[in-house]
Amino acid sequence: MTIADYAFWLFSICVIVGGFCTVISRNPVHSVLWLILAFLSAAGLFVLLGAEFVAMLLIIVYVGAVAVLFLFVVMMLDVDFAELKAGMAKYLPLSLLIGVILLMQLGIVFGPWEFSDSAQSLRAAVTPEDTHNTAALGLILYDQYFLLFQLSGLILLVAMIGAIVLTLRHRKDIKRQNVLEQMWRDPADAMELKDVKPGQGL
Amino acid sequence: MTEFFTTTYLGITLLTLGQVLAVVVPLLVALAFLLYADRKIWAAVQLRRGPNVVGIFGLLQSFADFIKYAVKEIVYPAGSDKVVFLLAPMVSLVMALIAWAVIPFNDGWVVSDLNVAILYVMAVSSLEVYGVIMGGWASNSKYPFLGSLRSAAQMISYEVSLGLIIIGIIITTGSMNFGDIVMAQDGKYGIFSWYWLPHFPMLFLFLISAMAETNRPPFDLPEAESELVAGYQVEYSSTPFLLFMIGEYVAIVLMCALVSLLFLGGWLSPIPGLPDGIVWMLLKICFVFFIFSMVKAISPRYRYDQLMRIGWKVFLPMSLIWVVLVSFLAKFELFGGAYARWAIGG
Amino acid sequence: MIQADLNIILPEILLAIYAMLALLAVVYTGKDKMAPMLTWLTAGVFAILAVWIGISGEGENIAFNGMFHDDAFSRFAKVAMLLAGAAVLVMGADYMQRRNMLRFEYPILVALAMVGMMTMVSAGDLMALYMGLELQSLSLYVVATLRRDGVKSTEAGMKYFLLGALSSGLLLYGSSLVYGFAGTTTFAGIVEAVGHGHAPLGLLFGLTFVISGLAFKVSAVPFHMWTPDVYEGAPTPITAFFATAPKLAAMGLFARVLFDAFGGVVGDWQQIIALLSVLSMFLGAVAAIGQTNIKRLMAYSSIAHMGYALMGLAAGTALGVEAMLVYMAIYVTMNVGTFAFILSMEKDGQPVTDIASLNMYSKQSSGRALALLFLMFSLAGVPPFLGFFGKLYVLRAAYEGGLAWLAIAGVVASVIGAFYYLRIVFYMYFGKEGDALDAPRSLVQQVLLMASAAIMLLGIVNFFGVDAAAQAAAAALMPH
Repeated sequence: MTIADYAFWLFSICVIVGGFCTVISRNPVHSVLWLILAFLSAAGLFVLLGAEFVAMLLIIVYVGAVAVLFLFVVMMLDVDFAELKAGMAKYLPLSLLIGVILLMQLGIVFGPWEFSDSAQSLRAAVTPEDTHNTAALGLILYDQYFLLFQLSGLILLVAMIGAIVLTLRHRKDIKRQNVLEQMWRDPADAMELKDVKPGQGL
Repeated sequence: MTEFFTTTYLGITLLTLGQVLAVVVPLLVALAFLLYADRKIWAAVQLRRGPNVVGIFGLLQSFADFIKYAVKEIVYPAGSDKVVFLLAPMVSLVMALIAWAVIPFNDGWVVSDLNVAILYVMAVSSLEVYGVIMGGWASNSKYPFLGSLRSAAQMISYEVSLGLIIIGIIITTGSMNFGDIVMAQDGKYGIFSWYWLPHFPMLFLFLISAMAETNRPPFDLPEAESELVAGYQVEYSSTPFLLFMIGEYVAIVLMCALVSLLFLGGWLSPIPGLPDGIVWMLLKICFVFFIFSMVKAISPRYRYDQLMRIGWKVFLPMSLIWVVLVSFLAKFELFGGAYARWAIGG
Repeated sequence: MIQADLNIILPEILLAIYAMLALLAVVYTGKDKMAPMLTWLTAGVFAILAVWIGISGEGENIAFNGMFHDDAFSRFAKVAMLLAGAAVLVMGADYMQRRNMLRFEYPILVALAMVGMMTMVSAGDLMALYMGLELQSLSLYVVATLRRDGVKSTEAGMKYFLLGALSSGLLLYGSSLVYGFAGTTTFAGIVEAVGHGHAPLGLLFGLTFVISGLAFKVSAVPFHMWTPDVYEGAPTPITAFFATAPKLAAMGLFARVLFDAFGGVVGDWQQIIALLSVLSMFLGAVAAIGQTNIKRLMAYSSIAHMGYALMGLAAGTALGVEAMLVYMAIYVTMNVGTFAFILSMEKDGQPVTDIASLNMYSKQSSGRALALLFLMFSLAGVPPFLGFFGKLYVLRAAYEGGLAWLAIAGVVASVIGAFYYLRIVFYMYFGKEGDALDAPRSLVQQVLLMASAAIMLLGIVNFFGVDAAAQAAAAALMPH
């Protein structure tokens, strides 16, 4: 066992425990925190694979942004857990049944699973020897997968338009701050200095 | 002897531990004095004396505070989530400390020489927000909760522009390793070869974003004492509060170190001919910290909507445009290749 | 290399750039005031692109390492989708504007959805497939919810989104299994890895998941649950859009995946498709009988029609694909006409969707009633209208593909389904006297209704050459 092996076991166990506790945790905030543990451990596994760029992105994007928003929403939700649990008890047998069937099916697939003859060679690692995996990733992303990259951009654009269309309400009855107008205001236009003689007033 | 430290497990563990302590212990000691300096600068601006009782000129004030915090009782608010309540300050401190693993103090003086070092720092600093959110939520109280919500929104907003600014630097350097970034700033013009000149407006954006990211005044809305009492820290006392406090300052010093590495040439000497070295790095950190203190002392706190506006509507577009601009300048090697200092590839 | 690739996807690029420029221009100028103009402009762009693709496209061009195929098949689908999209945009503009729903994002989202659909029918890779599908679906979720303060519209959007996300999950899971087996995501690579004869169990599992995901998108039974609710809840012009171009795109994608990636194992997926087909035909026919809302009725009608189109695919032959394409082209034309009529159904300025409101419509407006009669007969598949020939095509393909039982089931379902189409005709000509509907206001709707009805009758002469184009398209999809 090398240190990397120990780290692998540590991270794997953390991922599984984190995922499991995410599901069974009673408090949704705890669920999200467990989920974060799972994400972090998954990032650790990526590092062990030598994919440090992906690992860091996983943390920055999922843990640093997505999970924060998750937590943000979950913390503000006022959920009645007793009610939720009552619903869960009602549907538990059915969901367990579906779960068991799916598991059995997966078992069936796993048993006689085979690869096509060419799969192994097609899937082999493509990282060139003499470059960082970040650079290799960039080369493949902007060359071979250029179309997909741009399409993902369009998808994100649609998501953004959608969020704005569905939620933005332009309120008309409030006073808005126009920062530029405030900054361009000149004291000469707004103020007047008057020499007031003592005892006379204006 | 060398063999013991590089081949056996025990040796490697001891070596790593030694390196970590060599960074953390001086850092924490220095922090005590930086805290003191912060208060002194603040006091000086306001024409007060500041701490002057414990030790000569009050130099030991921070240590006195430390002992006071450490020996007091921990108070748990009623209905608080105890585990998360205690976890929060630890997360806050640990996240601030582990980011230092990739910060070099001199050529090769670094605990872990990652080639995605900048991303690592970004990742870890994006985790710091969890300390604040968890603390605010676990306190089971209104003000801390409001504070934690504010900080979550604020830190995410400013991380975006921080990241984009850093991308400009990465494009110029062609590497995400701090060593490469500093070496790329080495030139025959000394101080004028550093990135602050080609990336000039971004230096200020970065400084301001860094203040917002570390909840430092004028962006200390999560703990705004005039409205939220002390935000997420309201319910904290004794050691957990101390951990929050240290975590916050370690993060601030980390940002100072980042500014020195990314824009001010790290350990390079400003004047051609003088030897480079750790002294320059420390001096630059102190200089940036001084600016942080002065800003804290001088500027009033932002209003929350203004904070959000400036983050999303000013900094984000500016840094985005800058990334595009830098890409062009680097691609066509304009300005004598000032934007294209690729160490590798290109 | 990149230059040639970009040339091949030039129509998609132009459309995407148009959408982005339009967004920028309108946001900074008139916003919703520009919406009617923008809607017409977008429809114009669609029409121009359709003509351009139809005329200039030639041969088979492969771009981006096999991720994007520009061949006769994709061109056929693109032209049909673009024209349908243009027709739906212009006929809904007036309706939406009068109800204050015409927001400037609507044509832009439709244009972006169109980019997604064009990518879908050209996909040559599982990842490109997914990207196109997601681009299309995401835009459609948003337009379904466009009337965001209406309970029904938001409910429709929510249901569509949740089930759509579920189906995407199924599709992705299936794709990952396929990738696990084949070691590549390109269709060309998969078809090579799979070989001929029978697929191994694991691959079959992945294939089934992929088919389930796609069946969601074409709303084939048993993955149809969202359709009636979404059709009813979404604003009518948007329902009209859902019923036309996206259905065609999903069908085209279906054919692409089945023939391009799994063309070697026809026997393995044939039975699944046949089952989906027969279930859709019967459920669509039976469940529509109890409906009184014409939008829900059209939803069940579209489920049934998808069943017939799938019958063509189930045949697994070039003739089957050709039949499917012809059927879809006819289906889209009929739906454009029918929805043009539904859009003009108003009482006192308010839209009505109850079919009982059509009582004695023939007395009010005999020309429009006759046009609707043509369309209903055609939808039901009554000779000599075009819909009959569409059905004949797929039935023949199924029969020649060795699925005689499926063809017989199709005839039976068609007879059952005829009931509810004919009921509408019955209401119009022999119903009780009731309150009259408002006179139609929109000229565009009128024109489209009449044109569509006229095509139903005139098209039987030579299909306007569509069958020849479909034949070429089907040939392009077959392995050569």
